[in-house]
Amino acid sequence: MTVVEHGTRPDVGAPPRRGTLGDSTLRPDGVAKVDGSYLFSGDHSIDGFVWGATLRSPHPHARIVRLDTAPALAIPGVVAVVSADDVPGAPTYGLISHDQPVFARDVVRFVGEPVAAVAADHPETCRRALDAIIVEYEVLPALLDPEAAITGAFAPIHPDGNVIRHQRIVRGDQSIVGPVVVEGTYELGMQDQAFLGLEAALAEPLSGTGTSAGVRLHVATQWLHEDRAQIAACLGLPEEAVHLVLGGVGGAFGAREDISLQVHCALLALRTGRPVRMAYSRRESFLGHVHRHPCTIWMRHHADHDGTIRRIEARFVFDGGAYASTSSAVLINGVTHAQGPYRCDNATVDGWAVRTNHLPCGAMRGFGVVQACFAHESQMDRLAAACGLDPLEVRRRNAMRTGDRLITGQVVESVAPVERIIRELSEMPMPDGERTGALALPGGTGLTADESHVRRGVGWAVSIKNLMYSETFDDYSTARVRLRSGVATVKFATAEVGQGFVTLAGQIARTVLGVDDVVLDTIDTLVGSAGSTSASRQTWMSGGAVDGACRLVRERLFDHVARIHGVDALRLTIDGLDVVEVDPSTGHPLPAGQGVRVPVASVDVEFDETFEHHHRPTEHLDADGQGNCHTAFAFAAHRAVVDVDPDLGLVKVVEIATVQDVGRALNPLSVVGQIEGGIAQGLGLAVMEEIVQIDGVVRNASFTDYLLPTFMDMPPVRIGLVEEPEPQAPMGAKGVGEPPTVSSTPAIVAAIRDALGERGAGIVRVPVRPQDICGL
Amino acid sequence: MAEHYTLHVNGEAREVTDAWVGESLLHVLRERLELRGTKGACEQGECGSCSVLVDDRLVCSCLTLAATSVGRRIVTVEGVQSDAAAQSAHDENSSGALTDVQRAFVEAGAVQCGFCTPGLVMAVHALVDGRAPGDAPTEDEIRERLSGNICRCTGYGRIMEAVRVVVRQRLGEVAR
Repeated sequence: MTVVEHGTRPDVGAPPRRGTLGDSTLRPDGVAKVDGSYLFSGDHSIDGFVWGATLRSPHPHARIVRLDTAPALAIPGVVAVVSADDVPGAPTYGLISHDQPVFARDVVRFVGEPVAAVAADHPETCRRALDAIIVEYEVLPALLDPEAAITGAFAPIHPDGNVIRHQRIVRGDQSIVGPVVVEGTYELGMQDQAFLGLEAALAEPLSGTGTSAGVRLHVATQWLHEDRAQIAACLGLPEEAVHLVLGGVGGAFGAREDISLQVHCALLALRTGRPVRMAYSRRESFLGHVHRHPCTIWMRHHADHDGTIRRIEARFVFDGGAYASTSSAVLINGVTHAQGPYRCDNATVDGWAVRTNHLPCGAMRGFGVVQACFAHESQMDRLAAACGLDPLEVRRRNAMRTGDRLITGQVVESVAPVERIIRELSEMPMPDGERTGALALPGGTGLTADESHVRRGVGWAVSIKNLMYSETFDDYSTARVRLRSGVATVKFATAEVGQGFVTLAGQIARTVLGVDDVVLDTIDTLVGSAGSTSASRQTWMSGGAVDGACRLVRERLFDHVARIHGVDALRLTIDGLDVVEVDPSTGHPLPAGQGVRVPVASVDVEFDETFEHHHRPTEHLDADGQGNCHTAFAFAAHRAVVDVDPDLGLVKVVEIATVQDVGRALNPLSVVGQIEGGIAQGLGLAVMEEIVQIDGVVRNASFTDYLLPTFMDMPPVRIGLVEEPEPQAPMGAKGVGEPPTVSSTPAIVAAIRDALGERGAGIVRVPVRPQDICGL
Repeated sequence: MAEHYTLHVNGEAREVTDAWVGESLLHVLRERLELRGTKGACEQGECGSCSVLVDDRLVCSCLTLAATSVGRRIVTVEGVQSDAAAQSAHDENSSGALTDVQRAFVEAGAVQCGFCTPGLVMAVHALVDGRAPGDAPTEDEIRERLSGNICRCTGYGRIMEAVRVVVRQRLGEVAR
């Protein structure tokens, strides 16, 4: 195991060449991001632009009786108002089913649903124009109880019905009962991705107005080509007429996988014939993108007295909110991960994703598995207690291995070092018991805690997370690489959202091609799709595409050198910055002075290759939830140490320790950044983050009221990386972004329960609120 | 939309013409003076992305009316410079025009999406500039002083590391 402290890599053998794979190469955009010159999507501007803004529904469910935009148009400075009647193409869009209107026409289905948009000369003029638009609503009863969506007790709130998807998993012997039985019902609140860079875009009309025109959109997104397809369809344009350029992305975490302002902004630009800038406020951002699904999970484990799991039963209900987004895929991720990283041959699982008049939910880091993991890890602690075992021991006894089957019948072919990550986590030192000053206590400088009442707890959690897309989706990625005179130019449409793919792409090119100079071309739709920056997939998929394109270029380079020097191209390799001949008896480069040695930089011929990386195909689930629906898996284990003030119900997380299965750390510093950042979001869900909706109305759509972890909340993180290269992965590396968010939350909750002793079993909901602790 | 005034930004007098009196300093910096390094992310002074220095004090430019900043020295991320002392140490072994704080952010891995970064760079400068050697802030003081700046990507670990590097180089070891 590599233990990473302060982001440096201990010397194991020869360090990799600077900037190549395995090195903690620095970000190519780092300087621009610290000196303020990096352009985020809200920073793009162009002469003659006007501002755009959106009018939104104040009701969770209502009929639009009258919409009158004329008063807004009469305001000086207002240049356009658009609503449903002005959408030239498809009236609806969506990632999986196209069920969400660009603008509500007859009915609004959630608070915040777009009704109209305006363009004007100043943001303040926009605000006044929105105020001037007259909308008369007939308020309708709102569907707010997910169970009512399932039972049919509530009339359909959408033509597609109130059930987005239902999936059962039935495997093995359904009659197994006990001898040890533990069960519980667990709840998760709605979490917001809360990226800092608010939704913003610049749309440029490309040639006047009208349906034949095109548009260029500088926008922050996770998936340029999917956005383009949806935007073009709604605008009634061919896809080629819509050019998407990645505006700098200020974080994403799933919230930018769906369309938000894209169609509105482009439509206003086409309508006015002028460039249009849109920029959401924080409140609007809370209303304008999808969230992590609130979920209720009932789970029952049947086990032997020694803790061996014999059968699981579970029922999942995901509240998808008003529109489908990716709810059906989130549901599948939830139910297929119900067993956690443990062997289990028998299962009965039922899952629902339903429509309500709450905010729409879709992708957020962990994508359905966060919900499943909170339930199965809470259950594992109950099982440990029921069997008189240590929490780690019950997990170790059931730990999944490569070759085991999931409850879907799928064989886990990925490297699965579950037992190892549990063991190595158990060997990590504990933080010392000392608290330094009031800041270290729950409640901090509020000085609310009586130190003698504060109780320390320790909790553990382990997770399995699928990588890439599932259920037959071919989420390929494309890269184009050109090489000339030692300069590699790499082009891809992979959304850089902060994760550092731009760093990795350069590392791959330097390693494969023997160059130091790498130019990254503009990230836009003038190359094939890269798929989405989500599902922990871009290191594997776009990394695979860049690697593949570089290898094609390298073959051409070797052919060229072989032809000129009269050697067999198969005997050439890259050594540092040179093409060299290999000694066939050793497989190593011939020493200097023997054989061919040509600096890559001396080859003044251009090679230009494009490569698509596809992962292996996956299958649909059948009616019993059986099928090879996932691509690959990664594992992580977390230990949390917390201090709890039981008087006020406040929690201070003291330390998180983690061991993560990463395959191979291609950039250890980036891996550490993903792990620490992912844990912070898991901590947020554990103890503070929840979008509160009362009667369908969001009550805390601001950073004053929706709490995020600060420097004071986030503890030090102790990190161990398990590097067992994944044979399926192009460079042996697994995605690392999601696992830290998946099992950090249940580890923290387990630690809170541990601190509370017997009363702790009553903690079954996240975020854990003060009243959840004090009300026990 | 008829306000005219002059702001003193990054050492220059900058004319603001035909402005609406209700515009925040953030809006004027970004949209009228085209200094887009300063970011807005909450409009409520909660996240610190819009942090600038006004008369050497760290303020949220989203909460400050631009018209009330007349006559004050405003420094944004585009104009930030290290202390003279830190600058001379910097000149010996460095490259480019970055301050030691900015350089530490890049080298420690403190930057991911980078949206919070300009505000944090200003907050770290406000923390360390003007302190005498030996007057190193403690770990707790660093966390408290930076707690008005939210980062959603990094979990703060590498940012803390960047700050430790700067403090160590300028002021001495960071105490617990």
